[in-house]
Amino acid sequence: MPRHVVAPAHEIPPGTRRRVEVRGHGVVIFNLDGAFHALLDRCPHMGGRLSDGVQTGLVESDRPGEYRWSRPGEIIRCPWHAWEFDIRTGRFRCEPDRFRVRTVPACVLSGEAVAAEGLDATTVPVTVEDAYLVVEL
Amino acid sequence: MTLRVDCDVHPAVPSIAALRPHLDPFWAAHLAERGFDGLESMLFPPSAPTSARADFRDAGGRPPSDAAAVGASVFGRHGVDRAILNPTFPVTMLFNEDMAVALARALNDWIRAEWLDRDPRLRAAIVVPLQSVEAAVAEIERLAADPRFVQVLVPAMMPEPPGQRRWWPIWRACARHRLPLAIHAGSAYRQPPTSIGWPGHLAEEEAAQSQAFQSALASLVTEGVFGAVPDLTVVLVESGVTWLPAFLWRIDKFWRALRPEVPWVDRPPSAIVRERVRLTAQPFDAPDDPATVARILSMVDAPHALLFASDHPHWRFDGDDPVPPGFPADLVRRMLTDNPLSTYPRLREAAAWTA
Repeated sequence: MPRHVVAPAHEIPPGTRRRVEVRGHGVVIFNLDGAFHALLDRCPHMGGRLSDGVQTGLVESDRPGEYRWSRPGEIIRCPWHAWEFDIRTGRFRCEPDRFRVRTVPACVLSGEAVAAEGLDATTVPVTVEDAYLVVEL
Repeated sequence: MTLRVDCDVHPAVPSIAALRPHLDPFWAAHLAERGFDGLESMLFPPSAPTSARADFRDAGGRPPSDAAAVGASVFGRHGVDRAILNPTFPVTMLFNEDMAVALARALNDWIRAEWLDRDPRLRAAIVVPLQSVEAAVAEIERLAADPRFVQVLVPAMMPEPPGQRRWWPIWRACARHRLPLAIHAGSAYRQPPTSIGWPGHLAEEEAAQSQAFQSALASLVTEGVFGAVPDLTVVLVESGVTWLPAFLWRIDKFWRALRPEVPWVDRPPSAIVRERVRLTAQPFDAPDDPATVARILSMVDAPHALLFASDHPHWRFDGDDPVPPGFPADLVRRMLTDNPLSTYPRLREAAAWTA
């Protein structure tokens, strides 16, 4: 898969997300505590844009009346039908083996590495001093 | 031994006087002094055509109220050799808790003495006074030692939705004693029997029953009863059946969106219902076209979900055959034998009891 420079890494600080276009596909990139996770910005249910949804946490329970809240910010809910997806895996919380959003490999490369690999830098100006978010699609 | 079971037969209580020998002396005297001679739900007016087919009525024109008459109509049809009595005598309507407890006990003891003791092929549901959770549990405990009681009967419209935690002690008592919870068409009349208000006609109330079954199932699923009471089986009796697929599509859809509200529901509601809920197949609301019926049967997981029932003497089927047109022979065999035996552990245990 070709790699694409999509943004300077500092433009998507922890706790934020951004939608980018890569080869005609929408991709949503999340920064969870400094780690980047990218998903195809298209709900596998009916195609809603996940980047327009509510980012929330995970509630689980072993018995009625018990609410265990964890992983704040690691769940994205589709704006259309509120399906919950795990940002780390792309899996649908309700039926994880049945539906998942395609995950997109993402990493941070230095400007130097971007230049050395000869990656396309036409949409994002690259300088050797900065670091860049690169996705594979 | 292959048992064939009719899972829904209705014994009518002819009068309060019939229950008198089984009533506590105070209540026997008190009800007589009050001239309290009968208790009828507006869903089952004795003379309505739905309450009893005309040719099943007794000499007084009332729904049949003795074991011999009902046995003569029920046994032999489809080779049935067991029948489960579901008394619709509406104890749950009463507002006097003590009276309800007394009448429930008398009803269950009357069923035991006048029906179960008279015909060894009969089984029965325990009617519980929902006016008191504690008393309902006590009534189950009182009768649980008798294996001829095979389930616990409540109306689809209970005083509060059946999933709510206040009811759980009753559901736990059911599970503890291997008694499925039978939810039958009917109401405690704590709220209108349609969700939009009081109906003016019996036809409206009959049609609204399937709404109540849907709401009862939704309550049991969303409140987490099936997880909290893992051994509980629910039987929907006289529900009409064919509303089920549309309801499951709908609740699965809402669960996918609203799961965080009920995080203890960890599987699609349809999967839970398929595993834990059974339905009696009479009445069966469908057109006569067998091809349409076959499609519906596949949607309700009929080979596992459906139980044979005549619904005697109620009359909501058009012909004389309680098996709707389009039911394949293999399904009928499962409905008569396999599914009742897997649904009702006590039918297996009591087989030896009557031999």
